Amino acid sequence: MEKVLLRNIDVPDSHTLAVYSSRGGYRPWQEVVKNIRPEQLIEEIKASGLRGRGGAGFPTGMKWGFVPKDSPKPKYMVCNADESEPGTFKDRLLIEKDPHAIIEGTLMAAYAIQSHTAFIYIRGELAFGANILERAVDEATQAGYIGKNILGSGYDVDLIVHRGAGAYICGEETALLSSLEGGRGWPKVKPPFPATHGLFGCPTVVNNVETLAALPWIIEHGAAAYAAMGTDKSKGTKLFSVSGHISKPGVYELEMGYPLMKFLEEDCGGVPNGRRLKGVIPGGGSMPVLRPDELEKVNLDYESVQAAGSLLGSGGVIVMDDGTCMVRAAWNLARFFAHESCGQCSPCREGCHWMEKIFHRIEQGEGRKGDLELILNVSGNIMGNTICPFGDAAAMPAAAFVRKYREEFEEHITQKRCTIRNGVME
Amino acid sequence: MALEFSPETYKKFEETVNRYPKKEAALLPVLCLAQKEFGHLGQEAIEYVARLMEQSPARVCGVVSFYTMLNTKPIGWHHIQVCRTLPCALRGAERLTSFISKTLGIEVGQTTADGRFTLSEVECLASCGTAPMMQINDDYYENLTDEKVTEVLASLK
Ligand SMILES: Cc1cc2nc3c(=O)[nH]c(=O)nc-3n(C[C@H](O)[C@H](O)[C@H](O)COP(=O)(O)O)c2cc1C
Ligand code: SF4
Ligand code: FES
Repeated sequence: MEKVLLRNIDVPDSHTLAVYSSRGGYRPWQEVVKNIRPEQLIEEIKASGLRGRGGAGFPTGMKWGFVPKDSPKPKYMVCNADESEPGTFKDRLLIEKDPHAIIEGTLMAAYAIQSHTAFIYIRGELAFGANILERAVDEATQAGYIGKNILGSGYDVDLIVHRGAGAYICGEETALLSSLEGGRGWPKVKPPFPATHGLFGCPTVVNNVETLAALPWIIEHGAAAYAAMGTDKSKGTKLFSVSGHISKPGVYELEMGYPLMKFLEEDCGGVPNGRRLKGVIPGGGSMPVLRPDELEKVNLDYESVQAAGSLLGSGGVIVMDDGTCMVRAAWNLARFFAHESCGQCSPCREGCHWMEKIFHRIEQGEGRKGDLELILNVSGNIMGNTICPFGDAAAMPAAAFVRKYREEFEEHITQKRCTIRNGVME
Repeated sequence: MALEFSPETYKKFEETVNRYPKKEAALLPVLCLAQKEFGHLGQEAIEYVARLMEQSPARVCGVVSFYTMLNTKPIGWHHIQVCRTLPCALRGAERLTSFISKTLGIEVGQTTADGRFTLSEVECLASCGTAPMMQINDDYYENLTDEKVTEVLASLK
């Protein structure tokens, strides 16, 4: 398989303009800005089948197409570099090793919707990455790829690197926009969608880092070459971040549809220390866990993971071996969601805290009869009753842990202690 | 004397505000500038930023309290933040935290008596493949072992 996203990262100084250009970088951007009309670019990306890599898998070209062409308001393009989903660290790799690919992709997306102001919203903790991006933006500006009348085309665009300040919810696109407007990172009710009412009420597109970083390759090699990879509905390649109990954790680029078990056993070296697999979260901490018996037929594409009862999400693959206490794992994630709920809707704010509390008491050997029904009940009351998808992202995995490892939860309650022999998490 | 930016920082503040299509969008970067300059965002700092940004202190305060990286209270010179989320926990984050806690003689959430170290637990820092890990001020430290942590702590003045 030809690498689309990780094509540059092993080259020394891949983050510099000199190296990026020597590998053909910004040639696609020159082609786009001089010779391709915005509508043509949108059609090309539609034809490539590229879907958003931020988690939802929404077709990228179609999203751009929703932006009104004749709006009198300014339009905004935002690259979502907030990467905070537990188990996900792919965007960070691109930011640190291939910032120009992200910038080039962001410029193309801005051009497609004819925006003249673009942002890269990067989570505040990534100070190193933000510095790299800022330096890369300076380099690209000096080279004439960003700014006024780019390469004599008459097209202008400014690109601002904006740093967040610590809040998982700011990765959700409407929360990100609230944050970028200078407020709390509070999600907004959809519809209206950002495509028509985004930043400051103006048409806005938000795309994930990985989505945007794929664009230069697609323009250079053509939509058909991209669409030739992957499956019928999940085209191209995708990055997977692998963490937890695995011999070779890291970021891997795979053609969509690659078999999950083959990936874990052959590419990632399997579960270490002679242990056995107990569960895998395939798409980042907000997706339901899968048991080994559910993993056999799973391929890494949107449809296959969904058919198995989970979601591909961000491609954050978290591996747990048989020494893992699933009650403690469930509590850990519930604590994450309780900590990160923005607090706007009561089912999410209250429900997340309840689930965290109940998981904790079960884990401490103080669980009560009926606690498992209570968790499923709370989870059910959150689902579908909140402003943003965070509520579901907290509720779904909690319910999945209880349903799929029910015996282990019950043992904790009846025996009033952790029943996993090496019940530690390491 | 009332709290205010140094001339250099004030210049940065003006540059920052000028970059954005609307002034209010610059609030977060300006708060970060202020935190860098004043160490933390106490009442006075918040009122000062509010004046600069032409907003009410109450609104600015509401924004500050939302973000985990903005501190309303003073913290240690070195802010140690250990990631506690599942992928790190699966690879020994809990042990790491208790090791640091023992080494420094403080609990999570506390600052050493000499004001050098504050120990916090935080959620996923996008470094799960190199767990366990911690962030100290702007820097990441990954694939940590007790020996490595001891070395890092000793190297910090
Ligand atoms: C709770 C929550 C957190 C999210 N976090 C991120 C994130 O960190 N990075 C990201 O790109 N998208 C994140 N998303 C998805 C965004 O809302 C949005 O769909 C995405 O940035 C769109 O880009 P794409 O079409 O290229 O995928 C999150 C969504 C939710 C509900
Ligand atoms: S679902 Fe949760 S995170 Fe989303 S808006 Fe409601 S309270 Fe905030
Ligand atoms: S879980 Fe610790 S960095 Fe992601």
